[in-house]
This record gives sequence, structure tokens and C-alpha cells, in this order.
Amino acid sequence: MLRIDCPHCGTRDEVEFRYRGDAGVRRPAAAADTAAFVAYVYERTNPRGWHHEWWYHAAGCRQFLQVWRHTVTHEIHAVGTVAAVLTPPPGAATP
Amino acid sequence: MSPPSASDVPSTRSQRHRSSGRYSALRLLREALTGHRGWRPAWRKAEPRKEYQVVIVGGGGHGLATAYYLANHFGITDVAVLEKGPIGLGNVGRNTTIIRSTYYRPENIRFYDFSLGLWEGLEQELNFNAMVSQRGVVYTWHNDGQRDHMIRRANDMRLAGADCVELDRAALKKLIPPIALDSGRFPVLGAFMQPRGGTVRHDAVAWGYARGASEAGVDIIEHCEVTGLRQAGGRVTGVETTRGFIGAGTVCLAVAGHSSHLAGMADIRLPIETHALQAFVSESIKPFLDVVLMFGAGHFYISQSDKGGMVFGGAIDAHNTYAQRGTQWIAQEVAAEGVALLPDLARLRILRQWSGVMDMTMDGSPIISKLPLEGLVMNGGWCYGGFKAIPAGGYTTAHLIARGVSHPLTAHMDLARFAEGRTVDEIGTGPFPWAH
Repeated sequence: MLRIDCPHCGTRDEVEFRYRGDAGVRRPAAAADTAAFVAYVYERTNPRGWHHEWWYHAAGCRQFLQVWRHTVTHEIHAVGTVAAVLTPPPGAATP
Repeated sequence: MSPPSASDVPSTRSQRHRSSGRYSALRLLREALTGHRGWRPAWRKAEPRKEYQVVIVGGGGHGLATAYYLANHFGITDVAVLEKGPIGLGNVGRNTTIIRSTYYRPENIRFYDFSLGLWEGLEQELNFNAMVSQRGVVYTWHNDGQRDHMIRRANDMRLAGADCVELDRAALKKLIPPIALDSGRFPVLGAFMQPRGGTVRHDAVAWGYARGASEAGVDIIEHCEVTGLRQAGGRVTGVETTRGFIGAGTVCLAVAGHSSHLAGMADIRLPIETHALQAFVSESIKPFLDVVLMFGAGHFYISQSDKGGMVFGGAIDAHNTYAQRGTQWIAQEVAAEGVALLPDLARLRILRQWSGVMDMTMDGSPIISKLPLEGLVMNGGWCYGGFKAIPAGGYTTAHLIARGVSHPLTAHMDLARFAEGRTVDEIGTGPFPWAH
């Protein structure tokens, strides 16, 4: 069971949250080519290691949160609001 | 001591393996009368050679089946299967052993029904007892909309040549006495059944294909982890491994759960996320359930093993993970669904729980395809459907490797479908793999 330290509500169990996927994905500019949009919609890095991801605190503050979590150990490095600028953990692949 | 590199090791081809011989009732009787001294290992523990025509990464069900069909049906015996651990400890030994072709999209029904046909003849094909048990797979429905959807699916299955029958409440109760038809929130209104569906002894699938591949000359190399893909002139030339470099004309990735990780070694990004799926076994009890039962009001499936344990599972853990362990709240949810459907389960204790990590694709359908690097192909993206697809996945992947084009049954499983707008939306929840 993950314990996520929500910046609004404090440390809460994973059951209060909904996973919302890779937070590193960025919508390309409107004029970008098809390949850029295919990559945006479908392709994911899916790292075996540190992952930057969205969690929605459905049964709490109902805010989206960004989380750096390790996909093998499940260790959570940092949690922040959407606007926060988080420092990636050492060794994290950043785009 | 460092492991030997490929160049230090002489060819095993010259040291001819003694065949494990044909298995039969007569052989069993003869061995029983002579102290069981004549049995030999089912497959040979090969050392890697410098180079192969085909290197298959991953000694799971699909990797071994691909090697088996390449060597026995497509005439390519210069093949190595590389497995980072021992054979049979990955997803091929971590599933709930169900076989069926009850899919939604017609192209997937046809593929999985081809697989079901291969399962039906598997034991004769491999001369290995895989305990294929066509006990029937039953899906309950719980409201009118779900009934319409299920009947549509049943009709699609019939149109694709698969078998399917509808069951009313009385027939369902007769078939499955312990089922709770009126358990409060989700009364069961009816069901459909695929009589040809059932279960298979999963370990025996790995062992049987390994034996058949090895006898045909395939090198099965355990404890050999691939750490890199070497390329030159725009094509793959081999794999870097913990036991040295191994050259290859074609490299096939059959590593579902880790497809993104391996493809990433060639800087290829896939439309896949890796998620954990749990499975559970209860203590052994007397015969209780003689079909595979699926709960339509949730995501729960259960069967009884030949040892008497109830084998069951539910939904994925729904966050990216490569850890082969499950989260507790899913375990609780699965148990609750089981008790809602079969209240007698409440008195059982869960003996074991485990999890496997799976490729969840963006459209819920698998990928058997060439990758955008010459000589590199993949078999993966199996979502929930990897085990039951093993014979067909292996056969069609061998076809792709040997002939250079997709088998007609897997033409829709190519990677280009995402870019070309012809995704095969099996579940209709894409592009969110955690929602399948």
C-alpha cells in the first residue's frame, strides 16, 4: 500500500487516490506533425526506475498532484501540486 | 568469478544432447519396473555460442513457443532463447491458467480461437501432458445493458467461428450450485458460456515447449540477461548479455512486462505501460467448482485447480510498476468480489498471493510486429491475455520471423496501427492503459 504525502491533506493511503499516468507528457504545438501527436497520445517511456506521474486525490482535496515514484521499489521521492517545480530524484531520466 | 563469455565456450552442437525420449504409458510402466533410472532431463542446459540466426529474448511461454514453432514448423533451428532467470518463473508461471477466445473485437476472437485450437492439440503436438482441461468458461451478466453487450459478444464469437451458449438463471444454478444469484446489489440475470474454454497446467506449457524446442536443436540459455542491443548500419546485429555478446540475424523480444525496457535499449518508445496483476490460491478443498467462472459485475475470475485450491484474480493494480508484488487494496477488492459471487469462499483462507508485471497497451490489444530497427521484432503487449495466447503467439511470431511478413491472423497487431489510426480497441478505454 502506497502512502502519498498530499500537500493539502497530509499523508494518506493510496486508496484515496486515482492514478492518472505519466506527468512527463507534453501536448505538442498545434502545427506539430502527426508523429509528434502519435508520440503524445500513445508512446510512453514506461521507465523501470523513477517515474514522474499524476495522482488525483479523489477522496481528499480533489486536486491533481505530481509524484516522483520508483517503479521497482515504490519509494516516493517527492509530491507536489500541479504548479510546483519538483527536483527530480538522482538518476531519473528526464526528457 | 565472472561468467564465461561466449567466445570461451565451445559449441554445444558437437556435444549431442541425449534425447529425453518419447513419453507414453508404456514408457512409464517400463520405468516404474526398472527403478525410474531411464528418465533424462527434458531439455539441455545450453551454453551460448557466438552467433545465431535468431535470438529470442525471454524464455517465457511466448519465447519458448516461438522457438518451438520456428524449429519444428518453419525450418529454422539455429535459434537461441535467452532467459535472465530460470525457465518458468516469469509470467508463464504467474497467471491463472485460463484459456478461452471470448474476446470483443472479431480479429482478436479469430486469433484467440486459433490459439484455442492449438491448445486442443497441444499435448499430441508436444508429447507432453499439459493437463488441458476444457471445462467451460462462464460469464455472468447483471443488468439489461450488460446482457445486450454479452449477447452481442456471443454473436460476434459465433460469426468468427468460436463456440458460445447462453444460460438462464436455472441452467446457471444447475451448472454451478454454489453461485449466489441474488446477493443483494448485483443479482445475476444470466450468463454465457464458452464450453471449449478452460484451464491448462501453466508450468507444463513452459516445460513442454522447452523440451520440444531443445530436441529440435534450439539452445535454451538460462541466467543470461540481455543488457543491450548492438546495431550497425541501421540494423540489429546482436545482443549484449551478462554472458557476453551474442550475434544474431534477427532478435525477437518476447519479454511482455519488460517490452518498453528492452525496446528502450534501441531508443524505441512503445505504446505500453507496465502494470502488476495479482493472483491468489486458497487452501485445498473438495470439488467445488468445475468451470471457470467470471463475475460480470466486477473484475473477478475463478477456477479450481486439480489439487483443490481455488485459483482466482481480478484487476490490475493500476499504477506503473515493475515490482512483482501486489497492493493490498486490490487483494481486498478481489476477495470481496469473490464472496459476492460465491459466498462459501468467505470461509476459505488464502494460501498464496503473487503478482506478475504486464505490458498494458494503449488499445488493449497485443503487439506482434517488426520494430523500427531492421532485424528487430517483438511479441508483447499482451495485457491480460498472454497465457491463453501462447500457442498462437508463438506460431504467428515464428511466421513473422521466418517469412518476414505478419501471419494473416496477426496483421492487425502491428505497431504501425497506432500511427495510422487503426487501433484495435478491445476494451474501449484507450489510450489509458491503467483503465483496461
